Amino acid sequence: MVVKVYGPDYPSPKRALVCLIEKGVEFETVGVDLFKGEHKAPEYLKLQPFRSLPVVQDGDYTLFESRAIIRYYAEKYKDQRTELLGKTIEERGLVEQWLEVEAHNFHPPIYDLVLKIVYGPFIGLTPDPKQLKESEDKLCQVLDIYEERLSKSKYLAGDFFSLADLSHLPFTQYLVGKMGKEYLIRDRKHVSGWWDDISSRPSWKKVLELWPGLY
Amino acid sequence: MGVKLYGHPMSSCTVRVMACLYEKGVEFELVPVNMFAGEQKMPDFLAKNPFGKIPVLEDGDLTIFESRAITEYISKKYHAPATDDLLRSDSPEESIAVRVWVEVESHHFQPAMSPIIFQHFVAPLQGKAPDQAIIDDHLAKLAGVLDVYEARLGKTKYLAGDFFSLADLHHFPYMFYLMKTPWAAAVTDRPRVKAWWEGMCGREAFKKVAEGMKFEK
Repeated sequence: MVVKVYGPDYPSPKRALVCLIEKGVEFETVGVDLFKGEHKAPEYLKLQPFRSLPVVQDGDYTLFESRAIIRYYAEKYKDQRTELLGKTIEERGLVEQWLEVEAHNFHPPIYDLVLKIVYGPFIGLTPDPKQLKESEDKLCQVLDIYEERLSKSKYLAGDFFSLADLSHLPFTQYLVGKMGKEYLIRDRKHVSGWWDDISSRPSWKKVLELWPGLY
Repeated sequence: MGVKLYGHPMSSCTVRVMACLYEKGVEFELVPVNMFAGEQKMPDFLAKNPFGKIPVLEDGDLTIFESRAITEYISKKYHAPATDDLLRSDSPEESIAVRVWVEVESHHFQPAMSPIIFQHFVAPLQGKAPDQAIIDDHLAKLAGVLDVYEARLGKTKYLAGDFFSLADLHHFPYMFYLMKTPWAAAVTDRPRVKAWWEGMCGREAFKKVAEGMKFEK
Protein backbone atom coordinates (compact mmCIF):
# COMPACT_ATOMS: atom_id res chain seq x y z
CA MET A 1 0.00 0.00 0.00
CA VAL A 2 1.44 3.33 -1.08
CA VAL A 3 2.18 6.18 1.32
CA LYS A 4 -0.35 9.05 1.03
CA VAL A 5 0.65 12.65 1.75
CA TYR A 6 -2.14 15.17 2.32
CA GLY A 7 -1.82 18.84 1.35
CA PRO A 8 1.08 18.94 -1.16
CA ASP A 9 0.30 22.49 -2.30
CA TYR A 10 1.34 23.95 1.07
CA PRO A 11 4.79 24.41 2.61
CA SER A 12 4.85 22.08 5.62
CA PRO A 13 3.76 19.00 3.62
CA LYS A 14 6.62 19.75 1.23
CA ARG A 15 9.02 18.79 4.03
CA ALA A 16 7.56 15.29 3.83
CA LEU A 17 7.54 15.26 0.01
CA VAL A 18 11.19 16.22 -0.40
CA CYS A 19 12.25 13.71 2.26
CA LEU A 20 10.34 10.86 0.61
CA ILE A 21 11.85 11.73 -2.77
CA GLU A 22 15.36 11.85 -1.25
CA LYS A 23 14.80 8.37 0.19
CA GLY A 24 13.26 6.99 -3.01
CA VAL A 25 9.97 6.11 -1.28
CA GLU A 26 6.92 5.93 -3.52
CA PHE A 27 3.93 7.99 -2.51
CA GLU A 28 0.78 9.60 -3.78
CA THR A 29 -0.74 12.91 -2.75
CA VAL A 30 -4.23 14.00 -1.67
CA GLY A 31 -5.18 17.64 -2.17
CA VAL A 32 -6.59 19.58 0.82
CA ASP A 33 -7.89 23.07 0.11
CA LEU A 34 -7.18 25.27 3.14
CA PHE A 35 -9.05 28.23 1.66
CA LYS A 36 -12.20 26.10 1.48
CA GLY A 37 -11.63 24.96 5.06
CA GLU A 38 -11.18 21.30 4.13
CA HIS A 39 -8.75 20.90 7.05
CA LYS A 40 -11.63 21.56 9.45
CA ALA A 41 -13.90 18.90 7.97
CA PRO A 42 -14.82 16.07 10.39
CA GLU A 43 -13.11 13.40 8.22
CA TYR A 44 -9.88 15.38 8.31
CA LEU A 45 -10.10 16.03 12.06
CA LYS A 46 -10.20 12.26 12.64
CA LEU A 47 -6.76 12.11 11.05
CA GLN A 48 -5.32 15.35 12.45
CA PRO A 49 -7.05 16.78 15.54
CA PHE A 50 -5.05 20.05 15.39
CA ARG A 51 -6.36 20.93 11.88
CA SER A 52 -2.90 21.40 10.43
CA LEU A 53 -1.09 19.96 7.45
CA PRO A 54 0.38 17.52 6.59
CA VAL A 55 -1.07 14.15 7.39
CA VAL A 56 0.57 11.01 6.07
CA GLN A 57 -1.19 7.65 5.87
CA ASP A 58 1.08 4.64 5.63
CA GLY A 59 -0.86 1.38 5.74
CA ASP A 60 -2.45 1.24 9.19
CA TYR A 61 -0.41 4.15 10.51
CA THR A 62 -1.36 7.82 10.49
CA LEU A 63 1.37 10.37 11.03
CA PHE A 64 1.16 14.12 11.45
CA GLU A 65 3.59 16.97 12.25
CA SER A 66 5.97 17.30 9.30
CA ARG A 67 9.15 17.12 11.40
CA ALA A 68 7.95 13.87 13.01
CA ILE A 69 7.22 12.50 9.53
CA ILE A 70 10.67 13.32 8.13
CA ARG A 71 12.42 11.86 11.17
CA TYR A 72 10.38 8.67 10.91
CA TYR A 73 11.12 8.08 7.21
CA ALA A 74 14.77 9.09 7.51
CA GLU A 75 15.14 6.43 10.24
CA LYS A 76 13.00 3.76 8.59
CA TYR A 77 14.95 4.01 5.34
CA LYS A 78 18.30 4.80 6.92
CA ASP A 79 20.22 2.47 4.63
CA GLN A 80 18.50 3.63 1.47
CA ARG A 81 19.77 6.46 -0.76
CA THR A 82 20.81 9.75 0.96
CA GLU A 83 21.83 9.49 4.61
CA LEU A 84 19.87 12.30 6.27
CA LEU A 85 20.67 11.71 9.94
CA GLY A 86 24.46 11.64 10.08
CA LYS A 87 26.43 8.45 10.64
CA THR A 88 26.91 8.37 14.43
CA ILE A 89 24.82 9.10 17.51
CA GLU A 90 26.85 12.30 17.95
CA GLU A 91 26.22 13.43 14.35
CA ARG A 92 22.53 12.60 14.86
CA GLY A 93 22.64 14.84 17.95
CA LEU A 94 23.83 17.77 15.83
CA VAL A 95 21.17 17.07 13.17
CA GLU A 96 18.55 17.14 15.93
CA GLN A 97 20.04 20.35 17.31
CA TRP A 98 19.76 22.22 14.01
CA LEU A 99 16.31 20.72 13.33
CA GLU A 100 15.21 22.18 16.65
CA VAL A 101 16.88 25.50 15.75
CA GLU A 102 14.83 25.55 12.55
CA ALA A 103 11.63 24.71 14.42
CA HIS A 104 11.99 27.16 17.31
CA ASN A 105 14.20 30.00 16.03
CA PHE A 106 13.91 30.14 12.25
CA HIS A 107 10.33 29.01 11.73
CA PRO A 108 8.33 31.43 13.93
CA PRO A 109 9.52 34.66 12.27
CA ILE A 110 9.55 33.31 8.70
CA TYR A 111 6.12 31.74 9.17
CA ASP A 112 4.78 35.13 10.29
CA LEU A 113 6.23 36.87 7.23
CA VAL A 114 4.96 34.21 4.81
CA LEU A 115 1.50 34.08 6.35
CA LYS A 116 1.04 37.83 6.21
CA ILE A 117 2.78 38.70 2.95
CA VAL A 118 2.08 35.65 0.76
CA TYR A 119 -1.20 34.28 2.13
CA GLY A 120 -2.51 37.50 3.68
CA PRO A 121 -4.13 38.84 0.48
CA PHE A 122 -6.11 35.61 0.07
CA ILE A 123 -7.47 35.58 3.62
CA GLY A 124 -8.12 39.30 4.08
CA LEU A 125 -5.17 39.95 6.41
CA THR A 126 -3.74 43.47 6.43
CA PRO A 127 -0.23 43.18 7.83
CA ASP A 128 0.93 45.65 10.47
CA PRO A 129 4.25 47.08 9.16
CA LYS A 130 5.66 47.28 12.72
CA GLN A 131 5.00 43.57 13.31
CA LEU A 132 6.45 42.66 9.93
CA LYS A 133 9.62 44.56 10.77
CA GLU A 134 9.88 42.76 14.13
CA SER A 135 9.63 39.38 12.43
CA GLU A 136 12.14 40.36 9.78
CA ASP A 137 14.58 41.62 12.44
CA LYS A 138 14.24 38.33 14.36
CA LEU A 139 14.82 36.35 11.17
CA CYS A 140 17.91 38.46 10.44
CA GLN A 141 19.36 37.65 13.86
CA VAL A 142 18.92 33.94 13.15
CA LEU A 143 20.37 34.25 9.65
CA ASP A 144 23.41 36.06 11.05
CA ILE A 145 24.05 33.05 13.29
CA TYR A 146 23.61 30.74 10.29
CA GLU A 147 26.11 32.87 8.34
CA GLU A 148 28.70 32.35 11.07
CA ARG A 149 27.94 28.64 11.32
CA LEU A 150 28.06 28.08 7.55
CA SER A 151 31.39 29.88 7.31
CA LYS A 152 32.85 26.93 9.27
CA SER A 153 30.67 24.06 8.13
CA LYS A 154 29.36 23.18 4.68
CA TYR A 155 25.90 22.32 6.00
CA LEU A 156 24.22 23.10 9.30
CA ALA A 157 24.95 19.89 11.20
CA GLY A 158 28.40 19.36 9.68
CA ASP A 159 29.95 18.68 6.32
CA PHE A 160 27.02 16.50 5.32
CA PHE A 161 23.53 17.33 4.04
CA SER A 162 20.87 16.33 6.56
CA LEU A 163 17.26 16.70 7.66
CA ALA A 164 18.32 19.94 9.37
CA ASP A 165 19.05 21.58 5.99
CA LEU A 166 16.09 19.89 4.28
CA SER A 167 13.66 21.24 6.86
CA HIS A 168 14.47 24.81 5.73
CA LEU A 169 13.55 24.29 2.07
CA PRO A 170 9.78 24.92 2.01
CA PHE A 171 9.65 28.26 3.81
CA THR A 172 12.98 29.68 2.58
CA GLN A 173 11.77 29.15 -1.01
CA TYR A 174 9.20 31.89 -0.39
CA LEU A 175 11.98 34.37 0.47
CA VAL A 176 13.58 33.98 -2.94
CA GLY A 177 10.23 34.06 -4.75
CA LYS A 178 7.51 36.68 -5.06
CA MET A 179 7.91 37.96 -1.50
CA GLY A 180 10.68 40.36 -2.49
CA LYS A 181 12.89 39.31 0.41
CA GLU A 182 15.65 37.53 -1.51
CA TYR A 183 18.19 40.04 -0.14
CA LEU A 184 17.89 38.31 3.27
CA ILE A 185 19.62 35.31 1.69
CA ARG A 186 21.84 37.02 -0.89
CA ASP A 187 23.27 39.61 1.54
CA ARG A 188 24.86 36.71 3.45
CA LYS A 189 27.59 35.01 1.41
CA HIS A 190 27.63 31.64 3.15
CA VAL A 191 23.86 31.42 3.62
CA SER A 192 23.53 32.26 -0.10
CA GLY A 193 25.95 29.50 -1.12
CA TRP A 194 24.22 27.01 1.19
CA TRP A 195 20.80 27.94 -0.19
CA ASP A 196 21.94 27.50 -3.81
CA ASP A 197 23.37 24.11 -2.90
CA ILE A 198 20.36 22.67 -1.07
CA SER A 199 17.71 24.16 -3.37
CA SER A 200 19.37 22.76 -6.48
CA ARG A 201 19.04 19.17 -5.25
CA PRO A 202 16.97 17.15 -7.75
CA SER A 203 14.52 16.21 -4.99
CA TRP A 204 13.61 19.85 -4.31
CA LYS A 205 13.44 20.72 -7.97
CA LYS A 206 10.98 17.85 -8.42
CA VAL A 207 8.78 19.19 -5.60
CA LEU A 208 8.74 22.68 -7.13
CA GLU A 209 7.90 21.29 -10.56
CA LEU A 210 4.99 19.13 -9.43
CA TRP A 211 3.56 21.32 -6.64
CA PRO A 212 4.50 24.95 -7.40
CA GLY A 213 2.11 26.37 -4.76
CA LEU A 214 2.33 30.11 -4.21
CA TYR A 215 6.07 30.44 -4.66
CA MET B 1 35.31 13.73 31.84
CA GLY B 2 31.63 13.36 32.68
CA VAL B 3 28.47 14.88 31.27
CA LYS B 4 28.07 18.60 32.01
CA LEU B 5 24.79 20.43 31.73
CA TYR B 6 24.94 24.24 31.58
CA GLY B 7 21.66 25.73 32.73
CA HIS B 8 19.53 26.66 35.69
CA PRO B 9 17.39 24.39 37.88
CA MET B 10 14.35 26.71 37.56
CA SER B 11 14.54 27.03 33.78
CA SER B 12 11.94 24.96 31.92
CA CYS B 13 14.29 23.84 29.19
CA THR B 14 17.03 22.85 31.63
CA VAL B 15 14.44 20.92 33.68
CA ARG B 16 13.34 19.05 30.56
CA VAL B 17 16.89 17.77 30.08
CA MET B 18 17.50 17.07 33.78
CA ALA B 19 14.32 14.98 33.95
CA CYS B 20 15.59 12.91 31.03
CA LEU B 21 19.07 12.49 32.56
CA TYR B 22 17.49 11.28 35.83
CA GLU B 23 15.11 8.93 33.96
CA LYS B 24 18.07 7.31 32.18
CA GLY B 25 20.22 7.23 35.33
CA VAL B 26 22.99 9.34 33.75
CA GLU B 27 25.44 11.00 36.16
CA PHE B 28 25.95 14.66 35.32
CA GLU B 29 27.21 17.94 36.72
CA LEU B 30 24.88 20.93 36.59
CA VAL B 31 26.94 24.04 35.84
CA PRO B 32 24.85 27.08 36.81
CA VAL B 33 24.51 29.88 34.26
CA ASN B 34 23.63 33.18 35.85
CA MET B 35 20.70 34.31 33.71
CA PHE B 36 19.99 37.44 35.72
CA ALA B 37 23.57 38.62 35.15
CA GLY B 38 23.19 37.85 31.43
CA GLU B 39 25.90 35.18 31.45
CA GLN B 40 24.17 33.37 28.59
CA LYS B 41 24.96 36.34 26.29
CA MET B 42 28.67 36.49 27.14
CA PRO B 43 31.29 35.31 24.61
CA ASP B 44 32.28 32.16 26.56
CA PHE B 45 28.70 30.91 26.54
CA LEU B 46 27.97 32.05 22.98
CA ALA B 47 30.88 29.88 21.89
CA LYS B 48 28.85 26.92 23.18
CA ASN B 49 25.43 28.10 21.93
CA PRO B 50 25.42 31.04 19.50
CA PHE B 51 21.72 31.56 20.25
CA GLY B 52 22.60 32.49 23.83
CA LYS B 53 20.08 30.11 25.42
CA ILE B 54 20.26 27.42 28.07
CA PRO B 55 20.68 24.51 28.34
CA VAL B 56 23.83 23.23 26.68
CA LEU B 57 25.13 19.69 27.21
CA GLU B 58 28.78 18.72 26.95
CA ASP B 59 29.50 15.00 26.60
CA GLY B 60 33.09 14.24 25.68
CA ASP B 61 33.80 16.07 22.41
CA LEU B 62 30.16 16.79 21.73
CA THR B 63 28.55 20.11 22.61
CA ILE B 64 24.81 20.14 21.94
CA PHE B 65 22.05 22.67 22.56
CA GLU B 66 18.21 22.79 22.14
CA SER B 67 16.60 20.82 24.97
CA ARG B 68 14.61 18.43 22.75
CA ALA B 69 17.71 17.60 20.69
CA ILE B 70 19.57 16.90 23.94
CA THR B 71 16.84 14.60 25.31
CA GLU B 72 16.74 12.70 22.01
CA TYR B 73 20.53 12.28 22.12
CA ILE B 74 20.48 11.12 25.77
CA SER B 75 17.64 8.68 25.08
CA LYS B 76 19.64 7.06 22.27
CA LYS B 77 23.15 7.22 23.75
CA TYR B 78 22.27 6.09 27.25
CA HIS B 79 19.60 3.58 26.53
CA ALA B 80 20.46 0.42 28.44
CA PRO B 81 18.41 -2.73 27.79
CA ALA B 82 17.10 -2.82 31.37
CA THR B 83 15.53 0.64 31.22
CA ASP B 84 12.52 1.61 29.14
CA ASP B 85 13.33 3.16 25.79
CA LEU B 86 11.85 6.65 25.85
CA LEU B 87 11.81 6.61 22.03
CA ARG B 88 10.32 3.06 21.63
CA SER B 89 12.66 2.45 18.67
CA ASP B 90 11.93 -1.28 18.45
CA SER B 91 8.32 -0.80 17.41
CA PRO B 92 7.43 1.20 14.26
CA GLU B 93 3.93 1.91 15.52
CA GLU B 94 5.13 3.09 18.95
CA SER B 95 8.04 5.11 17.63
CA ILE B 96 5.78 6.91 15.13
CA ALA B 97 3.45 7.85 17.97
CA VAL B 98 6.36 9.11 20.12
CA ARG B 99 7.69 11.27 17.28
CA VAL B 100 4.24 12.72 16.53
CA TRP B 101 3.41 13.58 20.16
CA VAL B 102 6.89 15.03 20.78
CA GLU B 103 6.13 17.44 17.94
CA VAL B 104 2.65 18.14 19.33
CA GLU B 105 4.23 19.30 22.61
CA SER B 106 6.77 21.36 20.71
CA HIS B 107 4.40 23.08 18.27
CA HIS B 108 1.01 23.15 20.00
CA PHE B 109 1.46 22.85 23.78
CA GLN B 110 4.58 24.93 24.24
CA PRO B 111 3.53 27.96 22.13
CA ALA B 112 0.27 28.11 24.11
CA MET B 113 2.03 27.71 27.48
CA SER B 114 5.21 29.75 27.34
CA PRO B 115 3.64 33.25 27.14
CA ILE B 116 1.39 32.36 30.12
CA ILE B 117 4.40 31.25 32.21
CA PHE B 118 6.44 34.24 31.10
CA GLN B 119 3.73 36.79 31.91
CA HIS B 120 2.83 35.24 35.26
CA PHE B 121 6.24 34.32 36.67
CA VAL B 122 9.00 36.13 34.76
CA ALA B 123 7.56 39.55 33.90
CA PRO B 124 7.16 40.52 37.61
CA LEU B 125 10.80 39.59 38.23
CA GLN B 126 11.69 42.11 35.52
CA GLY B 127 9.53 44.75 37.20
CA LYS B 128 6.67 44.53 34.67
CA ALA B 129 2.97 43.93 35.22
CA PRO B 130 1.63 40.72 33.63
CA ASP B 131 -0.27 41.37 30.39
CA GLN B 132 -3.66 39.77 31.02
CA ALA B 133 -4.71 40.03 27.37
CA ILE B 134 -1.77 37.85 26.34
CA ILE B 135 -2.54 35.40 29.16
CA ASP B 136 -6.23 35.16 28.21
CA ASP B 137 -5.46 34.70 24.53
CA HIS B 138 -3.08 31.84 25.27
CA LEU B 139 -5.35 30.21 27.85
CA ALA B 140 -7.92 29.90 25.07
CA LYS B 141 -5.33 28.23 22.82
CA LEU B 142 -4.24 25.96 25.68
CA ALA B 143 -7.86 24.89 26.23
CA GLY B 144 -8.04 23.74 22.61
CA VAL B 145 -4.84 21.72 22.99
CA LEU B 146 -5.88 20.14 26.30
CA ASP B 147 -9.25 19.16 24.80
CA VAL B 148 -7.33 17.12 22.21
CA TYR B 149 -5.22 15.60 25.01
CA GLU B 150 -8.36 14.72 27.03
CA ALA B 151 -9.77 12.86 24.02
CA ARG B 152 -6.44 11.15 23.33
CA LEU B 153 -5.96 10.02 26.92
CA GLY B 154 -9.36 8.36 26.73
CA LYS B 155 -7.77 5.89 24.30
CA THR B 156 -4.22 5.55 25.70
CA LYS B 157 -2.68 5.76 29.16
CA TYR B 158 0.04 8.14 28.02
CA LEU B 159 0.22 10.40 24.99
CA ALA B 160 2.02 8.10 22.56
CA GLY B 161 0.46 4.87 23.81
CA ASP B 162 0.16 2.77 26.96
CA PHE B 163 3.78 3.55 27.84
CA PHE B 164 5.64 6.54 29.25
CA SER B 165 7.81 8.19 26.59
CA LEU B 166 9.77 11.30 25.71
CA ALA B 167 6.49 12.86 24.52
CA ASP B 168 5.13 12.85 28.09
CA LEU B 169 8.46 13.80 29.67
CA HIS B 170 8.81 16.96 27.57
CA HIS B 171 5.62 18.32 29.15
CA PHE B 172 6.91 18.17 32.69
CA PRO B 173 8.37 21.67 33.21
CA TYR B 174 5.50 23.73 31.78
CA MET B 175 2.85 21.50 33.36
CA PHE B 176 4.61 21.91 36.74
CA TYR B 177 4.51 25.70 36.45
CA LEU B 178 0.92 25.75 35.11
CA MET B 179 -0.23 23.97 38.26
CA LYS B 180 1.25 26.83 40.32
CA THR B 181 -0.70 29.52 38.43
CA PRO B 182 -4.32 30.60 39.07
CA TRP B 183 -5.28 28.59 35.96
CA ALA B 184 -4.54 25.06 37.15
CA ALA B 185 -8.21 24.27 36.54
CA ALA B 186 -7.28 23.87 32.88
CA VAL B 187 -5.80 20.56 34.07
CA THR B 188 -7.97 19.68 37.07
CA ASP B 189 -11.20 20.20 35.09
CA ARG B 190 -10.12 17.53 32.63
CA PRO B 191 -10.12 14.21 34.51
CA ARG B 192 -7.88 12.24 32.14
CA VAL B 193 -5.32 15.04 31.76
CA LYS B 194 -5.36 15.39 35.55
CA ALA B 195 -4.78 11.65 36.06
CA TRP B 196 -1.97 11.65 33.47
CA TRP B 197 -0.27 14.58 35.19
CA GLU B 198 -0.63 13.15 38.70
CA GLY B 199 0.78 9.83 37.51
CA MET B 200 3.86 11.56 36.11
CA CYS B 201 4.42 13.56 39.31
CA GLY B 202 4.97 10.27 41.12
CA ARG B 203 8.03 9.47 39.00
CA GLU B 204 11.35 9.65 40.91
CA ALA B 205 13.00 11.71 38.17
CA PHE B 206 10.28 14.33 38.36
CA LYS B 207 10.41 14.55 42.14
CA LYS B 208 14.15 15.24 41.91
CA VAL B 209 13.89 18.10 39.40
CA ALA B 210 10.87 19.61 41.15
CA GLU B 211 13.05 20.36 44.17
CA GLY B 212 14.96 23.02 42.21
CA MET B 213 12.05 24.74 40.52
CA LYS B 214 11.40 28.00 42.28
CA PHE B 215 11.37 31.47 40.66
CA GLU B 216 13.78 33.42 42.86
CA LYS B 217 16.52 35.95 42.14
